[in-house]
Amino acid sequence: MDRSAKHNTWWRWLRFALLGAGLLLLAAVNLWAYQGRIDFYILGILTVMGINIILATSLNLINGFAGQFAIGHAGFMAIGAYVSALLTTLRSLPFLPALIAGGLAAALVGLGVGIPTLRLRGDYLAIATLGLGEIIRVIIVNLPITGGAFGFSGMPPYTNFFWVEGAVVVTLLVLSNFIRSSPGRALLAVREDEFAAETVGVPTTYYKVLAFAIGSFFAGVAGGLFAHYLLFIDPSQFGILKSIEILMMVVLGGLGSFSGSVVAAVLLTALPEFLRGFADYRMVIYSALLILVMLLRPSGLFGQVEIWQLLGDRTNGPGGLPGKPGGSGRGGLAMPDKAGATGSPREVAGQW
Amino acid sequence: MAEVLQQLVNGISLGSIYALIALGYTMVYGVLKLINFAHGDVYMVGAFAGFFAATAFGWGFLPALCFAMLVAALFGLVIERVAYRPLRNAPRIAALITAIGVSLLLENLGILILRPDPRAFPELIRLETYQVGPLIVNNRQLVIIATSVVLMMLLQFIVTRTRMGKAMRAVAEDTEASRLMGINVDRVIAFTFVLGSALAAAAGVLVGIYYTRIDPLMGFMPGLKAFVAAVLGGIGLIPGAMLGGLAIGVAEVLVVAFISSSWKDAVAFAILIMILLLKPTGILGKTAEEKA
Repeated sequence: MDRSAKHNTWWRWLRFALLGAGLLLLAAVNLWAYQGRIDFYILGILTVMGINIILATSLNLINGFAGQFAIGHAGFMAIGAYVSALLTTLRSLPFLPALIAGGLAAALVGLGVGIPTLRLRGDYLAIATLGLGEIIRVIIVNLPITGGAFGFSGMPPYTNFFWVEGAVVVTLLVLSNFIRSSPGRALLAVREDEFAAETVGVPTTYYKVLAFAIGSFFAGVAGGLFAHYLLFIDPSQFGILKSIEILMMVVLGGLGSFSGSVVAAVLLTALPEFLRGFADYRMVIYSALLILVMLLRPSGLFGQVEIWQLLGDRTNGPGGLPGKPGGSGRGGLAMPDKAGATGSPREVAGQW
Repeated sequence: MAEVLQQLVNGISLGSIYALIALGYTMVYGVLKLINFAHGDVYMVGAFAGFFAATAFGWGFLPALCFAMLVAALFGLVIERVAYRPLRNAPRIAALITAIGVSLLLENLGILILRPDPRAFPELIRLETYQVGPLIVNNRQLVIIATSVVLMMLLQFIVTRTRMGKAMRAVAEDTEASRLMGINVDRVIAFTFVLGSALAAAAGVLVGIYYTRIDPLMGFMPGLKAFVAAVLGGIGLIPGAMLGGLAIGVAEVLVVAFISSSWKDAVAFAILIMILLLKPTGILGKTAEEKA
């Protein structure tokens, strides 16, 4: 332990430096974007990245933190996209209320379907939510107001880099604070051992449904941003493949690591742009990657650990207590690492 | 009334195809407690193997069927070996995600190698229609139903009358205890994949004959629906998979005929959610069994 004291200061400085560099870069990007000095194409990629970050982190709340393997996220995204698009186009509502309405609609549906389905466990839940996503899609196809399979367009081009950036910050703040709150702790207890949690008086279904509704809300918001960025939506954009794409980000980043989801969302959005020349092989590479990650690191790239913990933040040692937020100013993402006692050896090893 | 009966006949032929796929799901779930998402794509592989056997080698129905079953069995064996066996002791979610990965890989390799556009399945059985009272039945439907029945009887024989089948049932009952009794669990699991994949391939060839077109993405939806069928009948139960498959097939055909074809893909999932809420163990499942 003595040895690590000096080591710790060193790492703390490095962390501060990294954080500073990150904030500086972010400020610079904002300034350039504001001045219109960033290429339209790059800005577009950044926007999509932000939307994917919201989708991945909100799904991670359900899958990684609540431990409920739900994979119909694209369905909730679709609800948010359609509701907000209908509101801005037909009712000429301003963007912010429309986004929130879209999110609320998705949360409401999440609540409605979560209450019955979250009693299911594991594989059953996976299939049920996959099916739900599909049912939502089929309903949209059959509703007269949505334009059916031909899609819906005509919404004002509200979404820009700043909107998405703001939404990402709000999402990360809300999610990370939720996890550190008392309901958040209850949620982690449900994940670790549902039976034990129930025994000590945690109303497990209530917290699972809560997490599901919150996750669905942000998926709906992301859908609204998506709709007003692309300016054309049709039900096929929100199919099972989209759900799996989001799931892939969560899994790659690590179930139970918000920063992991952020990194994975950034990587998986950027990767196809670099692979443009091999467009045909893209999905093959994707799926092979998914299998490989699972075989080599079944808990994802970052496992249940946040990035700064990998960077040597020992203040959140394996004592299980949250410790102080560390230097994680940006979004305040610090989350308690999994108490050492419950981690499998592989995950603990990942924290060096 | 005649219309309903007619749709019932169509539903039973579609349902027996679902039942064949569902059997693979249910058996794998029985021994491994894993939803093998790639199962639907093994069915696609089977359909294409049958296609090539018929076009490239010019084989007839039966040899093509056997060839397809053989190829798919090999696929099942390799998939289990490469993707699932290393994860035997990993969290179950990891195995589930790997299964999704294998499914995506097979589909996209299919698109890459076989091209995405649908192909016309060769006419292995010349179409003949018969009028039975008010009903119209064609010989392809009869072949589908007959083949399914024969295969299911064969499966029933293997599972209940052979040593391997006995071992399969033991592993499904309690994997650890069977290992202690000297059963080679890995071999039993591999054998289960072989059996299930072969049945899926048979379903693939039958679908090719029935709908006369196949494509690399044909496995995804039927795969999910067959899983629903397995859950409906009671997952892990072989008669349950048969019953569930028939029920899903009939329900789907009835909805398409009397409501709208655009609701086709939602039927199975609506049934699934209802069954999970009302009787999660399925029609034939024991009620006492609570999944932990």
